[in-house]
Amino acid sequence: MNQGINSDFAARLAAIVVLGLVLTALLAGQIAPHDPEKARPELRLKSPCLDYPLGTDQLGRCIFSRIVFGTRVSLFIGLAVVLLSALMGIILGGAAGYFRGVLDEAIMRVVDAFLAFPSIFLALAVIGFLGSGLTNLMLSLILVEWTGYARLMRSGVLALRGKEFLEAARGLGASDIYIMRRHILPNVLPSILIMATLGMGNAILGAASLSFLGLGIQPPTPEWGAMMNDARPFIRAFPLMMIFPGIAITASVLAFNLLGEAIRVRLDPRSEIKKEL
Amino acid sequence: MLAFILKRIILLLPVLLLVSIISFTLFYLSPGDPAEILLTGPQGPPDPAAVQEFRDRAGFNDPAYVQYLRWLTKACRGDLGYSYTSGERVSDAVLHSFVPTLKLSLVSLIISLLVSIPLGILSAVRKGSLIDGLGMALALLGVSVPSFWLAYLLIILLALQLDLLPVAGYGQNGDLQHMILPAVTLGASAAAVTSRMMRSSMLEALQQDYITAARARGLSERSVVLRHALRNALLPVITVIGLNFTYLLNGSAVVETVFAWPGIGNLMTDSIYDRDYPMILGCMLFLAMLFLALNLMVDICYYYINPRTRHESGD
Repeated sequence: MNQGINSDFAARLAAIVVLGLVLTALLAGQIAPHDPEKARPELRLKSPCLDYPLGTDQLGRCIFSRIVFGTRVSLFIGLAVVLLSALMGIILGGAAGYFRGVLDEAIMRVVDAFLAFPSIFLALAVIGFLGSGLTNLMLSLILVEWTGYARLMRSGVLALRGKEFLEAARGLGASDIYIMRRHILPNVLPSILIMATLGMGNAILGAASLSFLGLGIQPPTPEWGAMMNDARPFIRAFPLMMIFPGIAITASVLAFNLLGEAIRVRLDPRSEIKKEL
Repeated sequence: MLAFILKRIILLLPVLLLVSIISFTLFYLSPGDPAEILLTGPQGPPDPAAVQEFRDRAGFNDPAYVQYLRWLTKACRGDLGYSYTSGERVSDAVLHSFVPTLKLSLVSLIISLLVSIPLGILSAVRKGSLIDGLGMALALLGVSVPSFWLAYLLIILLALQLDLLPVAGYGQNGDLQHMILPAVTLGASAAAVTSRMMRSSMLEALQQDYITAARARGLSERSVVLRHALRNALLPVITVIGLNFTYLLNGSAVVETVFAWPGIGNLMTDSIYDRDYPMILGCMLFLAMLFLALNLMVDICYYYINPRTRHESGD
């Protein structure tokens, strides 16, 4: 898609940002100048200064350190949600496409039913009924995201049906599981990879939205969306507290989206036109 | 035509059934005893015997499937129960809250189409130019920015710094002044999605043989683009408008909460804070039905407008 801007440049920039995020998450303890959860009421709502590069929040906690540690939370949620939803989608979508018949019909109707809910409302309902917190937050996002992988995997399997190499493998006595794992999955994997990269952005954005509503990660854990929720009462007095975590979310989501697009262009240049998943 | 619509509706039935099962399962799994919640008054926790009696009377002790069937029969008649907190009928509350959401969505939809269709066309026609690059970079930024952050950036700039618009609220009756900020917030992210789709669909149309033919006939570029390519490129955009609407409804959860707009998104989050389970269930079911209906309408429009699908499906 980045035919207009230099797409190689954009892709490299995105890769650097993602690498930066991963390093920040791993080295959060070394990078952050302060304990992200330590409240110092006498230092509350300080403007940025040398000691506190992005200022302090309503409890006197270092905003910069909280954003740095927030990277850990966001990347962890993103990765876990992407892996688990992809796994769920691959298994169910693969089974639907491979075995066809009643199983296919049943699984795909369940996919349709999940797609019938507006995604954020489905996530909200899961949390609304089961309660907030990390586990339910991830569960809610997985239930939103898995359908995409299921559809992708199913159509990938269907496209490969009847191909000679599959018949040959079967003729050699390969089991269904073996054929799926060794012959079908590698063929669908590139598309899954693109979806997973874009899915990282989605999951980070979703987790931040739910935490912003006070329904995801609970205080005092530093999470970008939750930090913005904390900033709401101080929007007049100290707007920077709202602005900084937003930059972190936007930059991360943008980087994963750009990277996903770049991988798509690299793996399948013709997909330029039919790229809206 | 009629056969096509009927077929579509019949295909929807199992999906609707599954939607109700998913919703009820989540409701059933929720912690806390509804009998206890309902009987807890200002005087403190209720008498256990009274709770037990209430559970028997209301059927909370029946097996899950019996409860599900009882709920489903009622839901089919439009009875979604009563709010735990206000005692209001859930169906009334949901329908009431939908009016402001619809208002906001329509204004956002107009904003998003006004921005995205010209931008998409321009990007496709001038593919590879600075405008294309800038437009698509903006579009990518638009899908990556959290709407609640954009909302607060607009509030900080336009409501607090420049004091041009109200920070939040519904005004007298959802007047335009109060609608501008939430509508722009919602419209911006929807426009980002639509302009990319408009661009790809325009690019595809511009590659067709009839465009080459039109150019060969010596038609002006303007006429080629607007009369020949655009007409065909707009076809997928019908789908996009439907998609846009779903996108806007989705965004309403967060944006309505930020702007205190009394729509269904706000009702949903408030009900979650209050643990008002019947209300959450009602919102969920209503939105799923709305989504399915919207998709059905898009399909029918598409079928009606595009003669090719009529021959292919053989109805």
